[in-house]
Amino acid sequence: MSYARRALAIAWKDLAVERRSKETLNALVFFSLLLLFVFQFTLGSDRERLAAVLPGVLWLGFVLSALLALGRTFLVEREHDCWEGLLLAPGDKSAIYLGKLVGNLALMLLVEALVLGLFVVFFDIDLGRALPGLLVVVLLGTLGLAAVGTLFAAMTANIRARELLFPVLLLPVQVPVLLATVKATEGLLQGEPLGAVAHWVKLLVAADTIYVVLSLLTFDVVLEG
Amino acid sequence: MSVDPIVRVVEVRKVFGLVPVLDGVSLEIRGGEAVALLGANGAGKTTLLKILATLLRPTRGTATIAGHDVARAPEAVRPLLGVVAHGAWVYDDLTARENLRFWSTLGGLHTGADELTAALAGVGLERAADARVRTFSAGMKRRLSLARVMLARPRVLLLDEPFAGLDQRAKKWLEERLEALKAGGAALLMVTHSFGRELGVADRLAILAGGRIALETPRGSLGPDDIQRLYAVHAEEAS
Amino acid sequence: MVKTLGWLAGAGLLVGLIMAFGVAPREVTQGNVQRIMYVHVPLILASYVAFGVLAIASVVYLARRHPAADRVAHASGEVGVLFVGLGIATGSIWGKPTWGTWWTWDARLTSVAILFVMYLGYLLLRGTIDDPERAARYCAVLGIVAALDIPLVHFSVYWWRTLHQPPSLMKPGGFTGSTSILWPLLINLLAFVLLYAYFVARRVRLLRSEAEVTA
Repeated sequence: MSYARRALAIAWKDLAVERRSKETLNALVFFSLLLLFVFQFTLGSDRERLAAVLPGVLWLGFVLSALLALGRTFLVEREHDCWEGLLLAPGDKSAIYLGKLVGNLALMLLVEALVLGLFVVFFDIDLGRALPGLLVVVLLGTLGLAAVGTLFAAMTANIRARELLFPVLLLPVQVPVLLATVKATEGLLQGEPLGAVAHWVKLLVAADTIYVVLSLLTFDVVLEG
Repeated sequence: MSVDPIVRVVEVRKVFGLVPVLDGVSLEIRGGEAVALLGANGAGKTTLLKILATLLRPTRGTATIAGHDVARAPEAVRPLLGVVAHGAWVYDDLTARENLRFWSTLGGLHTGADELTAALAGVGLERAADARVRTFSAGMKRRLSLARVMLARPRVLLLDEPFAGLDQRAKKWLEERLEALKAGGAALLMVTHSFGRELGVADRLAILAGGRIALETPRGSLGPDDIQRLYAVHAEEAS
Repeated sequence: MVKTLGWLAGAGLLVGLIMAFGVAPREVTQGNVQRIMYVHVPLILASYVAFGVLAIASVVYLARRHPAADRVAHASGEVGVLFVGLGIATGSIWGKPTWGTWWTWDARLTSVAILFVMYLGYLLLRGTIDDPERAARYCAVLGIVAALDIPLVHFSVYWWRTLHQPPSLMKPGGFTGSTSILWPLLINLLAFVLLYAYFVARRVRLLRSEAEVTA
């Protein structure tokens, strides 16, 4: 089916370009390390305080990385007018959105795994039984961020003040995802089972569904010109 | 050569801010016909090209391709187009072959490996096929763009300075491909500010000056010098 | 037509304010400052109307591409943001003497603050895009995303915090205040909705004139 081929072509292209240039990946890794140091210096070694703010701090790290990654997602298109090429591509443009989304998800999840790993090592956290539930929450939360982020990145790709407008538009809309992921992470890290934070998980599933469906329906409109 | 024009531009005006770049342009191109649009830099040729390519909307007037209004129904027009404009549409970190395959797949085509190699060979890039485009010169990138467009076999071809930066062999190849497309019924618009090889392919010439078509004539037996004279006269008149 | 709307809104506001500050009973614990509620609550509710209209106009625009729908969305966004801003301000003025603080992060205030920032972003997007057709399209998409996000924001914030007094008009059980509070509230609500409609009508007319000049 042509739709799936085109979406895959976009995803492949993004990952191939990233794998070879490593521009975004390097920036994200470096940025994550920097965040780690900043958190260590500002939060100090007060273990109790750290345990209390950890979920928020972790997701702050994820969100800032997401802003960086998603803000750059159409950067490669703006060189050499490849953006025109996307505009003029025939057929359903939502295939392009899907491909971009998959590429962004892969990149973001990779960096989040790295950040989580660094946190566990440097802050001596025991994930233990929380890990499976945490993985679910991280996956759902990242999908939420990436879903709207990819759409808004396309909208702001060719606008002046893009770097400012992108986070300003994305963050308020993502508040439900932020609240849900932080609260669910908090519950899980305190040893509660996934069922105890089920309402947050359901909210995430609802949000993700709305965001992805809406983006698939409206991406064509954004890529009209 | 079909009777009805595929490309119809009717009294198109385009204003940027307060500056009118196009001020009532009308033009028709039939299937199997090539038109060379001459104009100085800044005359508005690229603007007209972009309007036909559905990348810009006209301020007034209409342009239709195969009956579809480019401003109201861009999605109906886009599958018919092949565009080579200033930007090369290349990803620096992919190889030439990968770039071709990507754009081909995105365009909904099923291009086999042999066809890709043949397209690259046509533009003289067969030896650089698996090199990253980052290492290419501007001329090589331009040739890759042409290969991309030729693979799609479009019905309407919009070209901005198509022969610029090509060596003799590539020019000959391009000429042959364009003639083949014409024979297949495609409509061609070539936009240029020089008096080069485009003129050999063109069936008609149009001169854009003062925001309008100052002159439109069949190329017939006009040589480059004649054309240059005509251009000087009409561009002078318009300004 | 627009003038009548203006007069109606003005009249409604006059009546409403008289009722709020003259007729309605003085609240026992909070005193006269509580009367700000008769302005604060209608402002917020009217802004919801504005954003609802914005969402509908956005859908209509994407379906029909009629510039009028875009102008209505644009104007609604502006008036909506104005009303939310005033709503937050009046809420703060009410809050300071009543609860001792200008701001708390309770459910309702937080939701409204997020709404404010979201639609401020909408206006920013409009201001940044020069091409009017692209601005209309992109803002329509944003308007729809924002509207669908509102219930998600409400639920997530409400579950996160519940300190504010339960919304008296929208609570599932129904209104628990007495009718002498209800009537001034409803009249003011109607007045502010009329005011919203009047502002939007004037603004749409202005936007249409601007469009005709630049075309």
